[in-house]
Amino acid sequence: MTESPNLVAFTPERLEQVKEIIARYPEGRQKSALLPVLHVAQEQWGWVSSEVMDYVAGLLNIQPVEVYEVATFYTMYHLDPVGKHVIEYCRTGPCCLMGGEDVYGHLKKKLGIEAGETTADGLFTLKEVECLAACGWGPVFQIREQFYMNLTNEKVDQIIEDLSK
Amino acid sequence: MARKILTEHINVPGIETFDVYRKQGGYTAVEKAIKTMTPEEVVEEAKKSGVRGRGGAGFPMGMKWGFLAKPEGVPRYLVCNADESEPGTFKDHHLMKSIPHLLIEGMIISSFALGANKSFIYVRGELMYVIRILEKAIAEAKAQGFLGKNILGSGYDLELVVQPGGGAYICGEETALLESLEGKRGNPRNKPPFPAVKGLYQSPTVVNNVESISNMPWIINNGGDAYAQIGIGRSTGTKLISASGHIQKPGVYEIELGVSVDEFLNSDEYCGGIRKGHHLKALVAGGSSVPILPANLITKTAAGEDRLMTYESLSDGGFATGTMLGSGGFIVFDETACIVRNTWNFSRFYHHESCGQCSPCREGTGWMEKVLHRIEHGHGSMHDIDLLVDISKKIEGNTICPLGDAAAWPVASAIRHFRDEFVWHITHPQEATAPGAVYMGEMALV
Repeated sequence: MTESPNLVAFTPERLEQVKEIIARYPEGRQKSALLPVLHVAQEQWGWVSSEVMDYVAGLLNIQPVEVYEVATFYTMYHLDPVGKHVIEYCRTGPCCLMGGEDVYGHLKKKLGIEAGETTADGLFTLKEVECLAACGWGPVFQIREQFYMNLTNEKVDQIIEDLSK
Repeated sequence: MARKILTEHINVPGIETFDVYRKQGGYTAVEKAIKTMTPEEVVEEAKKSGVRGRGGAGFPMGMKWGFLAKPEGVPRYLVCNADESEPGTFKDHHLMKSIPHLLIEGMIISSFALGANKSFIYVRGELMYVIRILEKAIAEAKAQGFLGKNILGSGYDLELVVQPGGGAYICGEETALLESLEGKRGNPRNKPPFPAVKGLYQSPTVVNNVESISNMPWIINNGGDAYAQIGIGRSTGTKLISASGHIQKPGVYEIELGVSVDEFLNSDEYCGGIRKGHHLKALVAGGSSVPILPANLITKTAAGEDRLMTYESLSDGGFATGTMLGSGGFIVFDETACIVRNTWNFSRFYHHESCGQCSPCREGTGWMEKVLHRIEHGHGSMHDIDLLVDISKKIEGNTICPLGDAAAWPVASAIRHFRDEFVWHITHPQEATAPGAVYMGEMALV
């Protein structure tokens, strides 16, 4: 627990958004807002620290442990600081059939990092994820809300170069 | 050309907007249902249609609606399962992003039928861009009086909430989904009580898949009987098939249930055949969890009859020689695919996605992944093959939810139909681990 609870706070706009989310559920069911509010938190800070989890617990009037157990169960929440762009690369069967493993090897070489690592310049973090429901357009990776599909080595080069500018 | 129920207007420019969707006849089914029908009559049409759960289980939707408890003074909920995560399945993703109002119209009709005043669409969190599309469409529908208070002056109120998940395959299981929607870990619940009695917030709840609900506008406009006339036997209506792998034209196709597997796989209207210069080796017809079939059991059943794209024909022969329609995740493998590697890949998926609640699944998926990993990487022993079968049997049927079965079936079926390939990996570790090596009878294709 942090001693100064005001250390972590949503921007006024995000706080409004959080209030709107909480109001979606029946009275007394504000815990339902937890997953969406953690997404909002990740938008603001890039990852979800234990201080942020405590802060969210306070906003939803639930115990901090209720936030910890959720934040650690779901794979989308980053529990450590990440780079500017988090590349979430699909490693599941159908994408592999389309050459996903070769393209992944190329991407790792290009970035010079392995899964779970961040480039020295802080630009890219690489994560392996399971099926992204885009199997007909594989190989696929995702950066925030954007899907990058039908990947080839050349496309990967282009994407990384564009995002490095 | 086959009839299209869900995708007829999907390529109309601007169909994601209310105005264009409305011009194509959108929301007339809401008007018809709310203004001229009782909720019971809507349920009756769903029952007559025979439409079955399109998420994979194939349970008749109207019958599921019929189980909903209706105690006085207790709210009832409809929750749409848009947590599409089964490897090989991407139809709901395609439908929601392309024609969001179809699902919303279906949700309004279905909520009205069930007497729900607040309904949820639970979308996997990775599809945040689709969530924004849906929210925009909901705002449009609300502005036009199709959502909110006193819809079309009928006195019926409905709010639609789009809920993002957080990344967890298990939340596609309906009770795990409800736990998640309550802000908890996605641990499936013991049944009974069933969601129809105690679901979301301990209230009676129906959970239906995106595609199932999206059939409702057509069913209301044309009647459940007309829907039931499409298809064969108890496989009524159309089905979205997500086609991926080694085919000419991967994508999402709407088929009339009953088209032959051969036509779906090889005609230019659908997959367009195996990619040039290659031939069919294996097929997973209904998402990663259903049994994999070898080439000789795909277009024909073991009895030599044409295999059809129906719930019944795909499961002809049971698990010995058949499979399941499942979610319609149609994954095609040509001769360059390594069955051992793919089985290891799928078992890693299930190990990663097991919620950890039941020991057979938590431990068993981990062991299957480990044993398959060592076979694939040239360190397997002959005993490992029987060990895998043994583990899969100890998981199957021994867990709270079907994830255990889903993890066991791909492994058991791969060994059932491709045992030689596993043996070869064990007896020829050097050849098998050469880059790009694939078993081709007694030879390796490199």
